[in-house]
Amino acid sequence: MCGIAGILNLTEPHPITVDDLSKMAGTLTHRGPNESGIYIDDWIGIAQTRLSIIDLAGGSQPIHNEDETLWIVFNGEIYNYIEIRNKLIASGHKLYTNSDTEIILHLYEDRKEDCLCELNGQFAFAIWDSKKKNIFMARDRVGKKPLYYTFCHNQFLFGSEIKALFANKNVDRNLNHHSLNQVFTFWTTLPGRTMFKNINELPAGSYLSISENKYSVNQYWDFNFALNDDLIAYSSNEITSYSKELLIDSIDIRLRADVPVGCYLSGGLDSSGITSFVKNNFNNQLKTFGIRFEDEAFDEGKYQHEMVSKLQVDHKEILATNKKIGELVPEVIWHTEIPLLRLSPVPLYMLSELVNKSGFKVVLTGEGADEVFGGYNIFRETLIRAFWAKYPDSTFRPRLLEKLYPYIFKDARSRASMSSFFKEGIDQPQNPFFSHLIRWNNTARIKRFFSENIDNSMQDYDPLLDLNDLLPEKFAKWDALSKAQYLEMKIFMSNYLLSSQGDRVAMAHSLEIRMPYLDYRLIEFIGKVPSYLKIRGLNEKSILKKLYKDILPQTILNRPKHPYRAPIKNSLLNKNLEYVDYYLSDEKVRDFNLFNPIMVKKIVEKLSRVEESSEFDNMALVGILTAQIFYDTFIENYNAHKINPSIFDNVIDRRTTSSLDLSSNKVNSNN
Amino acid sequence: MDYLDELKEFVINNFMFGQKDSLENDTDFFNKGIIDSTGTLELVSFIEETYNISVLDNELIKENFSSLTKVNEYLKKKLSVKTQII
Repeated sequence: MCGIAGILNLTEPHPITVDDLSKMAGTLTHRGPNESGIYIDDWIGIAQTRLSIIDLAGGSQPIHNEDETLWIVFNGEIYNYIEIRNKLIASGHKLYTNSDTEIILHLYEDRKEDCLCELNGQFAFAIWDSKKKNIFMARDRVGKKPLYYTFCHNQFLFGSEIKALFANKNVDRNLNHHSLNQVFTFWTTLPGRTMFKNINELPAGSYLSISENKYSVNQYWDFNFALNDDLIAYSSNEITSYSKELLIDSIDIRLRADVPVGCYLSGGLDSSGITSFVKNNFNNQLKTFGIRFEDEAFDEGKYQHEMVSKLQVDHKEILATNKKIGELVPEVIWHTEIPLLRLSPVPLYMLSELVNKSGFKVVLTGEGADEVFGGYNIFRETLIRAFWAKYPDSTFRPRLLEKLYPYIFKDARSRASMSSFFKEGIDQPQNPFFSHLIRWNNTARIKRFFSENIDNSMQDYDPLLDLNDLLPEKFAKWDALSKAQYLEMKIFMSNYLLSSQGDRVAMAHSLEIRMPYLDYRLIEFIGKVPSYLKIRGLNEKSILKKLYKDILPQTILNRPKHPYRAPIKNSLLNKNLEYVDYYLSDEKVRDFNLFNPIMVKKIVEKLSRVEESSEFDNMALVGILTAQIFYDTFIENYNAHKINPSIFDNVIDRRTTSSLDLSSNKVNSNN
Repeated sequence: MDYLDELKEFVINNFMFGQKDSLENDTDFFNKGIIDSTGTLELVSFIEETYNISVLDNELIKENFSSLTKVNEYLKKKLSVKTQII
C-alpha cells in the first residue's frame, strides 16, 4: 500500500530530475512512510513511497523484469499473488522478490492488458516499457486505489493523489465548475473527473496506455446485473452457501500479509460478520477498532460492546466528540481533495490514527456489503416507490415507507409531508434515475447558494446528461433494484465511500483498509442473483442475513438499521472554531466568489438560531464550508502547505546525460 | 387582513436565505425547489406560533401550502373561523 507518481516525456527526451520526483513523492509520504524509490531514464521518472506489508525486506520498488526492460511502481495489494506467482514460475519466469508487485510485471509481459482479469485485489500501478517507450497504467475494478493524471508542456504526469501533480509548478490549479456542480448533485464528481480543470482521474476498472505519443483509456470491467437466462437458477440455500464460501475465501486471502491484520468493528451486521469469521476461523488473538460518538443519536456502542464480549476480541475505540470532529475538518479536506456534504469521513480519519498508533498497518472492514447485497434504505425505498408508481393516487401504498423510516413518519403531520417528499417523480418510473433523483434534486437545491459568477458559468450544464452518457447499454433493461445498485456503486461508492470516506482518510495515517465484500468474485456472483432474492419483501440483505443466521446473535441480526453518520451543526457551529468564522465570513465568501455572501450569512444565522436543524440546512452548511476550505487549500493558498521533498532509499538512474542532481538525494544508486 | 408580507419575509429568510428575485406570490414552492416537504413543517410551525392557530393534519396538503397566495388564503380562512368562535 503506497503512493506512486511519475513524469513521462511525450515527444522527445527532456531532463527529468530526481528533484522533480522528490517533490512529487514528498506529497505522498503519508501513503508510504517506510521507504521510497525511483527509476529514471531519459524519457521517464517514476517514484514510489512504500508502506511495507508483503515481503518487507525484499519488496522495494521500483521492481523490474528479468532483462530490466520493464519497470513498475505499484500501490495496492494483489491478494491472489501466491497462486499467480506459482503459475508464473512454472511457466519459466524468474522472480527476484516474494512481493505481489513483481507478479503484475511478469503477468503483463505475458498477457498485456488481459493481465488485469487475473488480478484479485485493490490496485493502481504504472508499468514502463523502456524498449517500446510505452507506459501502461491501471486501476482495480471498483476503484479502491486512486490514480490521477494530466498533460502539461509535452509531459504526462501521474500520481496517487492530485497534490503529487501540483508539486510540479507548471501544472495549473483551476477549479472545474462543472465538477462543483456534480458534487452539489451526486456528492462526488463523476468517474474520470476531478475538482480541477485538465486533471483527470483514471476511472475504476480502466487502464490507460501511451505508446508512440498515442493515448487511450479503456474500461476492462464494470458492475453488471444478469438478465433472463443469465440469472442464476440456484435455490436460496445454494446461493447462501456459495456466497459464504466466496466470502470466507475473500477474507482468507485478505489476511495475507507479513504484518498483523486487525478489523474495524462498528456493531453493524457487516463488520460484525467479518470480525466473527476472522476470529473464529483465522485469528484467535484479533484486535478490533471502533468509533464511539459523544452524541448518543450517532453512537452504536451498545452493539459494538455486545460483539466484543461475545467474540472476546481485544477492542480499542476512539471517542468522536463534536469538538474534535469540528477541529479536524480542514485536515480531512487536505486528504479528500474534494468538498464534502457530510462529516462522516472525519471520525474515520480519527480511527485510522488510533489504528496506526496501535502499531497496525492493515484492517478488514465491512464496506461494500450494503451495495452488493442490497442493504441500503434507498434500495427498499425504490422498490416501494415502484410499487406505489403503479397506482400513484393510492394512499395505502406509500404507507409501506413508514416501515423504512419510522423515525421520520413519527406522527400524522410528518407522514403527510414525507409522503409528498417521496411522491416526487412517482409518475416517472421509467426515468433511469428514478431511484436517486429525489436525493439528487434535494442536494442540488444547495446550488441556489452559488455566486453569480459560478451560476453563470453553469447555465447550460446538466450533470444528469453527463451521467446518462456513462450508463452501460444494458442499463435500460435492468429492473429497478439493479439500476439503483448500479448508480449507488458506480457513483457514490466508488467515488465517495471508497475515496473520501475510505482510502483517503485511512492512508492519511498510513493505514490500508481491505474490504472482503468487494471481492470481484462476490460482486459478480451476486450480480447474477435475481433481485427478489436480495431483498425479500422488504427484508434487506436477505442473503447476508441468512448467511450469518447461526454466526451472529439475534440482537445484531435483527437490529434496526443505523446509517453511519457524524453530527454536523453541533460540530461546526460550536463557537470555538476560528476557521469556521473565517471561511464563512463575508470577506472570504466574497474573495473566493463561489457562493452568495448574503445567503451564506442567512443560513448560518438560521442554523445558530434553531434548536433542531433540517437535513438540508446541515448538508448546505457542510457543502459551503468545505468548498471554501477546499478552494483556499488547493487553489488560493496551495503553497502555504509545507511539503518536505522525499529522500529516496532506492535510486535506479538510467539517464544517458550526467546525473549531477543525484548527490543531494541518493542513498543507494544502482546504475 | 393580509399576511403576504410576513409570509414572504419568512420564506425568503428561511428557505431562500435572502434571495428574493425568484419569489412571486404564485411561485410554486415545490416545483421551484424552494421548500421541500420537511420545510413545509418549518413553515407550519412558523404560522402556528405567529398566528396562534393549530394546523390540522388533514389540512396539511399541497393545496394549502404550495405558494404564498395559497398559504395566505388558508390563513385568512382559518383566522376568520377563529374570530367567529371567539
